[in-house]
Amino acid sequence: MAMKDVPDNIFMTTLDAAASWARANSLWPMPFATACCGIELMATASSRFDLARFGAEVMRFSPRQCDLMIVAGRVAMKMLPVLQRIWLQMPEPKWCISMGACACTGGVFDTYAVVQGVDRFIPVDLYVPGCPPRPEQLMAGIISLQDKIKHGGTLNGTEFARRDHSTGPIPFDKDELIRIREANEQLISLN
Amino acid sequence: MPFEVSDLAEMDAPEKEYLWTLNFGPQHPATHTTLRLVLTLDGETVVNAVPHIGYLHSGFEKLGEHLDFNQYVTIVDRMNYISPLANEIAWHHAVEKLLGIEITPRCKYLRTILAELMRLHDHLLNVGTTGLDLGAFTAFLYAFYQREKIYDIVESASGQRFHTSYTRVGGVMFDVNNAWVDKIRDFLKGFMPVHAEVHRLLTRNRIFIDRIKGVGYLSPEDAISMGVTGPLARASGVLRDLRKDEPYLAYPDLDFKVVASKDGDCYGRYLVRMQEMLESVKIIEQCLENIPAGPVNIDAETHIVPPAKPSVYRSIEGLIQHFEVMMPNRGYTTPREEIYAATESPNGELGYYIVGDGTPRAYRARTRPPSYIHFAVFPHIIKGHQLSDVVAVLGSLNIIAAELDR
Amino acid sequence: MSTEDVLKSKFPDDALTFSQFRDNHRVVVPAAKLQAIFNCLKSDLGFDMLSEVTAVDYLEYEGATDRFGVVYVFINIATGERLVLKTFVNDPQPTLPSAYSLWKSADWLEREVFDMFGITFTGHPDLRRILTPDEFTAHPLRKDYPLKGRGERHNFPIVTRADS
Repeated sequence: MAMKDVPDNIFMTTLDAAASWARANSLWPMPFATACCGIELMATASSRFDLARFGAEVMRFSPRQCDLMIVAGRVAMKMLPVLQRIWLQMPEPKWCISMGACACTGGVFDTYAVVQGVDRFIPVDLYVPGCPPRPEQLMAGIISLQDKIKHGGTLNGTEFARRDHSTGPIPFDKDELIRIREANEQLISLN
Repeated sequence: MPFEVSDLAEMDAPEKEYLWTLNFGPQHPATHTTLRLVLTLDGETVVNAVPHIGYLHSGFEKLGEHLDFNQYVTIVDRMNYISPLANEIAWHHAVEKLLGIEITPRCKYLRTILAELMRLHDHLLNVGTTGLDLGAFTAFLYAFYQREKIYDIVESASGQRFHTSYTRVGGVMFDVNNAWVDKIRDFLKGFMPVHAEVHRLLTRNRIFIDRIKGVGYLSPEDAISMGVTGPLARASGVLRDLRKDEPYLAYPDLDFKVVASKDGDCYGRYLVRMQEMLESVKIIEQCLENIPAGPVNIDAETHIVPPAKPSVYRSIEGLIQHFEVMMPNRGYTTPREEIYAATESPNGELGYYIVGDGTPRAYRARTRPPSYIHFAVFPHIIKGHQLSDVVAVLGSLNIIAAELDR
Repeated sequence: MSTEDVLKSKFPDDALTFSQFRDNHRVVVPAAKLQAIFNCLKSDLGFDMLSEVTAVDYLEYEGATDRFGVVYVFINIATGERLVLKTFVNDPQPTLPSAYSLWKSADWLEREVFDMFGITFTGHPDLRRILTPDEFTAHPLRKDYPLKGRGERHNFPIVTRADS
């Protein structure tokens, strides 16, 4: 088909690009707000900062309706199974932002009860550091994620299938490695 | 209206098969944070509620045994994240009591201003989200905008808008200037109309009153027996306010009233919080008028606070003294004693029990968290109410999960 | 009569140690007499609020002879008086009587002490773990438990993109 036959108000694109564009500009976040970062998430969504300007203000607390999980705050070991369950309930395509130092790495809470980074147990697409990150920083994160979705997305989300392990930082502490190995051995022996 | 608890006594849950069990949380918008309730329902009436907590247990108290008194302030910040500075003030109040330090008058006034700003901070969010949970979104937006202004004020004092870590043993991180004082004056000027606006939006709003009046009644006897303090206790008619009963900081010099109500229900708690905000404004205004000049930290000769920067940069004695304070293996000695010290935080009595073992590090740093005590009250006051009242009662208790679980 | 005089006259034979530090009025009591002293505090002295129950593990404390110290903070609402009461318990089975029958606030406070230190309270209606998960086996605030735990925080399955 020659281009001259097409009327002015018609444009051509690939279906993937159109789908990615639509997804990027209508993110529905699922705020998994556990601690302090949750308050900054509220601040981002309310009066002064107004997340609606970036098309990501439709906070839905039902995981079935969302495509972006924002893990805001530290995740304790009692909470992690809940987090994983909610992540599994979200329909594809879905993305995850790990907001704040605690969700990214455990932050100042290097203790027995806090998971040292949610990326060890669920896949994370974008990290927003800070304790807690300022609202501007979270918005920059969301804009970066939109960029990522626009450039990387495919219609059926197959680009995620290649990632088969968690992509978190590798612990450098020797005691930590020993503890992880013991825990894994215990898990294997239990199974 | 809720029916009498005596009617419920014969409703034995296992025997009645028609009773429903409903899981509420830990990830639910109305809990705001991570609370979990297992409710037993008869139709829409709550017969029993079992709270499950610990979904945010992060080992704060264990960390307190490994960090020194100044380092741990960054952790207590994250405890009640609605009013972080109130926690810092409470923590260093306890530490200074253990060490026997009398802080300077300027520091007392400064901390009083910050403590009262945090009370506004907390009550604004609580009033806003109580409205939000019951369907009134506007008051929340008004309240949050005022919170942003308080964020600005604490940011210009400390450099961080949220977790300020502003107080130090024997003083604060930096002194403030006159521009900061003017900033608070500006804020207070803008705050009063917004407070009146929220009053107009909610206080006589028919829907709001119908949802919370007579809901979640807590009698004064129960409040005392369950250890309830703060606005909750005062809303039940228990006149206890540590600012008056055990005066600390600059409170003995100030003229303010203790707000109380005889209602004991959610509406009473809402009114107490609204009125307390006005009292806080009054306190801040008095402090701004009377804030004394002078040093903000105690004398550096005590070897507890680092010396002034010019002395560190220009003299060898000052430099040595600075290192003595800062090095982890040096520092000052503490009495081998134990102390319980409490302040009136926005949520109630926030106390610390510190065991000193001679080092500038707590052997045991126990927090008495008001939210923890208050959440234990929840099953008692929700029985007999409707399912939709759960949200109203939770909102009025103002449970902060990080303080609840630590 | 002050609290100290009343307690001394009621329990003349027992070694009650009174002391004051800053503004804290403190008393150390033997664990065997705890229930009787609770009754006396509530009914005779009018301490109607139990504001705080906590414990301290003295395992690494220099010069300490007992393992656990359990601390109660009482308030008399009418007079505003505060009393810090302490008692000691030891391994292998640290047990104390529960204060729940007199002060309802003891419910969760004692559960927390049980969870964090493993001190059991006889007569408590519902002594379960409260902050840590049910399957947790350790008592984290004991001094022999490491700050970073024993690997519990890594003991979870990993969810990948392929799973979801």
